[in-house]
Amino acid sequence: MINLAIASGKGGTGKTTVAVNLALALIPDYDNVELLDCDVEEPNAHLFLKPEFELEKAVGIPVPAVDHDRCTFCGRCSEVCMFNALAVLKDQVIILEELCHGCGSCAYLCPEKAITEYNRPIGTIKSGSAGKLKFGGGYLNPGEAMSPPLINAVKKMIQPDHISIIDAPPGTSCPVVSAVSGCDYCLLVTEPTPFGLNDLDLASQMVSKLGLPAGVVINRSDLGDDRVEKYCRHAGLPVLQKIPFDKELAGLYARGEAVVSHNREWRRRFKALFSGITGNKKEVSRP
Amino acid sequence: MKILTVISGKGGTGKTSLVASFASLVPDRLVLVDGDVDAANLSLITGAREFESHDFSASKVAVVNPETCNSCGLCLELCRFQAVAGDFSIDPVACEGCSFCAFACPREAIEMQEKVSGRWFVSRTPYGALVHARLGIAEENSGKLVTIVRNKGQELAKASGKDYLLIDGPPGIGCPVIAALSGADAALIIAEPTVSGLHDLERILSVCRHFGITAAVCINRYDLGPEQSKSIEAYCLKEGLVMVGKIPFDRAFVDSMVQGIAVTEYTGGALLNRISGVWDHFLNVAEQLSG
Repeated sequence: MINLAIASGKGGTGKTTVAVNLALALIPDYDNVELLDCDVEEPNAHLFLKPEFELEKAVGIPVPAVDHDRCTFCGRCSEVCMFNALAVLKDQVIILEELCHGCGSCAYLCPEKAITEYNRPIGTIKSGSAGKLKFGGGYLNPGEAMSPPLINAVKKMIQPDHISIIDAPPGTSCPVVSAVSGCDYCLLVTEPTPFGLNDLDLASQMVSKLGLPAGVVINRSDLGDDRVEKYCRHAGLPVLQKIPFDKELAGLYARGEAVVSHNREWRRRFKALFSGITGNKKEVSRP
Repeated sequence: MKILTVISGKGGTGKTSLVASFASLVPDRLVLVDGDVDAANLSLITGAREFESHDFSASKVAVVNPETCNSCGLCLELCRFQAVAGDFSIDPVACEGCSFCAFACPREAIEMQEKVSGRWFVSRTPYGALVHARLGIAEENSGKLVTIVRNKGQELAKASGKDYLLIDGPPGIGCPVIAALSGADAALIIAEPTVSGLHDLERILSVCRHFGITAAVCINRYDLGPEQSKSIEAYCLKEGLVMVGKIPFDRAFVDSMVQGIAVTEYTGGALLNRISGVWDHFLNVAEQLSG
């Protein structure tokens, strides 16, 4: 129905808070809401939703294994690997699995067909539900460098007839692009500080590069200055919600609780945020 | 010279504000590195003036020559990154630069072209040199760019006989974090007293241990989550991690950021004492444990 990514250039601006509260605010009115945690390096949404997991699956990337009986040590695999994951010595091939991107070129191009591939696990995906809310998430194994394959695996769980809320990782590079590409709308969560502004500008460039319509949530809106709002006006980014700093809100977040579960007014505000997004999306996608 | 990396796992716990503050405590004795090349902010509060800038090109992107291409479709079939479209054009954002298509193309119609995917800079600050970078939007290879700025920082620190290379790390636990931690003598984890903060602390600690790096912990805004703060302290005790201090929530952090200066240049008193206490304690840990 709609794939809605929650992203931000800067970390710790409140992406997970917005994703969780938005999902929970929609639950009473919709039967088809799902939240997908694509911040696989530091996944936290499950701490707030406490879902019951029904499915758990290891996700890996295909890495090469060399059959040393067939190998003639010609060096072709090492030559075609752009990531320096294979080193061919006089009588052995050394494979540096953690450098392998799983492109498959070494196996395909080996003239002796001496390379096979097997899946090396880099993390797990889990899915389940928290009441009516469907939940899925990815969990990168600590020590692993590459998160995009795991993010893509989480995104494969998206159900097309659902309101799918995607909690993206921070930044503007490959993991974020994996999480937000193909979405219908990107909500950028920021804070009104120089860091927030700098990183909002980067995130906004990223969504324009990907051609996604976007809107902004300003968190801790009363700390800092008004440069973020000025920027949004200038860049034509609608500010769809402002969340003031509040020690009670901070306390709820600290304990892993969602404010919409405690406060009707906040439930109303998050529902309004969703209306703002769907209205705004129509406006943007109009030719 | 000690290499010290400040990390957090979770974003927005206050790494950059604290790194700038630490630098202000030991002016002229360090070189700074901003290891968050996706969203670099350290230059915004250290009065940085750029005096050197370089292109960063580490990756290639496939380009199809439509004259030679006979639309056989092999590249589309082989590409594992969904970078080849139905009309055999290449999506440069999705292209991983693996060159598989270029090697496999029977007509040799695909060329791999170098692309500039970012820039890196050396700036002057009142505390010492700062090496930082800006990765192009939606680009890859942030780990390589982090390695470049870290190595440049190390070279400058050695050449000028500084005592510390202080690296402001990126959030997360993936490739740029691993690059920022590599070769560090000790890591300082800035934790946030929330359920997310504790969860992320556990994960970033596993990464430090995986690479054999000594870590100490500081809790920022400890008073916003008193119970979770206690849980983090208990966790550190259980794991044998040194807690080097706790810093309270203070609007001065945001107010000083708006002024473009480190919080230690903005306010004195109790907050300054807390921050310098954390720094001194962390240095002691780094000296003792890394020999």
